[in-house]
Amino acid sequence: MGAYQHLTLAAPGISERVRPGNFVAISVGDSRSSMLLRRSFAIYQSTSRGPFGGTIEIIVAPHGAGSTWISQRAPHDRLNVVGPLGNAFKIPKDPVRALLVGGGYGSAPLFPLAEILRQKNSRVEMAVGASTAERIFAPVEGKRSVHSLAIATEDGSMGVAGRVTDLFDNSLSNIDIVYACGPMGMLKALTAIGERAGVTVACAVEESMACGVGLCMTCVLPVKDKTGVIKMVRSCVEGPIFDGDAVQWDGIGTIPPGTYGAPR
Amino acid sequence: MSHEILDYSTTLGSAHFPNPIFTASGCAANGKELSAFFPLTEIGAVVTKSVMTNPRSGRATPRMAETPSGMLNAIGLQGPGIDTFLREDLPWLVEHGARTVVSIAGESVDEFAALSRKVRNSPGVSALEVNISCPNVENRGLVFACDRASAREVIEGVKRSVGNSLPIIAKLSPDVTDIVAIAQEVVDAGADGLAMINTLLGMVINTETMRPQLANKTGGLSGPAIRPVAVRAIYQVHAALPNIPIVGMGGVLTGNDAFELVLAGASAISVGTATFNDPSAPVRIKNELAELLVARGFTRFSDAVGFAHRAQA
Repeated sequence: MGAYQHLTLAAPGISERVRPGNFVAISVGDSRSSMLLRRSFAIYQSTSRGPFGGTIEIIVAPHGAGSTWISQRAPHDRLNVVGPLGNAFKIPKDPVRALLVGGGYGSAPLFPLAEILRQKNSRVEMAVGASTAERIFAPVEGKRSVHSLAIATEDGSMGVAGRVTDLFDNSLSNIDIVYACGPMGMLKALTAIGERAGVTVACAVEESMACGVGLCMTCVLPVKDKTGVIKMVRSCVEGPIFDGDAVQWDGIGTIPPGTYGAPR
Repeated sequence: MSHEILDYSTTLGSAHFPNPIFTASGCAANGKELSAFFPLTEIGAVVTKSVMTNPRSGRATPRMAETPSGMLNAIGLQGPGIDTFLREDLPWLVEHGARTVVSIAGESVDEFAALSRKVRNSPGVSALEVNISCPNVENRGLVFACDRASAREVIEGVKRSVGNSLPIIAKLSPDVTDIVAIAQEVVDAGADGLAMINTLLGMVINTETMRPQLANKTGGLSGPAIRPVAVRAIYQVHAALPNIPIVGMGGVLTGNDAFELVLAGASAISVGTATFNDPSAPVRIKNELAELLVARGFTRFSDAVGFAHRAQA
């Protein structure tokens, strides 16, 4: 659909354990592949039963050789999938007024989250933004999961012309919690809006990973822990979901001064 | 099956292992993560991520780039520091029955000596890997394994600290003109075994940003791309020092790859980058290698070590 490929994988053993926000890591090519590193994808939908047993669905944006290979798989091809990986969005026990914000295909894991929030009698508003219409991921069936869905594109080819943050009242006066998934710049902007409004923003980050299971230490970013100490933490096992105000957005790609174990 | 007719055990100095498949330092964190995929007791040993005296944040991102049949990394030895490691990570491994090779890295001869003293006093350690060849240190001049005198001084210092209480395994860099000379030097200084090869120093430039891909600019190259370099280095060193056990590593993805390093002279095999591709690779490779050894008519793993050096019958 649009710029994305929607894949359904028969993955019993994974599907039963999926919680919204989890991801899978998929290897590229066969056992002689020259591309060794797994590609990670947020899980879109999952069903624990069906004609193929449990299934999971992912949304692939082909940009490099690896994601392109995965996006070109034909029905009944086999993929090597590890998952479910990472933490999940925290779901409040009581009904809340939630705003879900997705950038590009980052909206995918927000639809099953919306479903669960609605089952808890929460009110769910969703805002989805992208550069252009073909990069908006907002399937028709997803609209049933939310009370409202607003769309923004930078070129105005779908919905409102502008950014996703133009789609809602930035004072967040009617919102108890924000859930977000998308590019780092969007997550940073949403965290700033949340801080001004005193609303928590749960952010699912996109860091490049080599293994996805906590071994390689490549997907780290600076995050403040409960005691206020900044640590380089792995987005694959400690994340991918972090409280936005704990992430040192301006420090990504650096070791911020004062980080635990920083060079002296 | 094959394990029953094969003596799969191996020896590094005074340390004995039920099978020769290890993890590689820096590719298995400190064991916990891998234990979700297989019991750590299944493999010969867990080689922990090289630990330094103090906690280390490691380097800025991007730390990694995929390369043809390999990857480039510059993690910068992120880790908890030796005291936290010995208090939390090592006891966890011991509790779970993992045979553990502790890898240490230092910036000076004194740091290596002090680290090894701390490891010596900790129960449950099978052997000590002395990583004198990490390519991602601040100053390339500090790669001890690239200089004979520096390599010797570090190993002498470690030997003075641990004596014969633990086998000392010196991890060597392939980025030298004559790896045999370095190997000879560290063995003379007291190393009981050699781990080889560490990554090769490499670089990737992103043609879109037109800048180096890694924040550190350079990084260590690993994966099948470097396997022929590992085979050559192990073969050369085993030819010169046939009685010194070698922990071989470098792009082992399959049992067949491991067998190649064994034939060159490796007494144990570390599986590194393959684990990122397939977290259960160490156990799979263990089983594949065992079947291959049996298929080639070996009843003892040790008989295959260095077999490629024998004259054709």
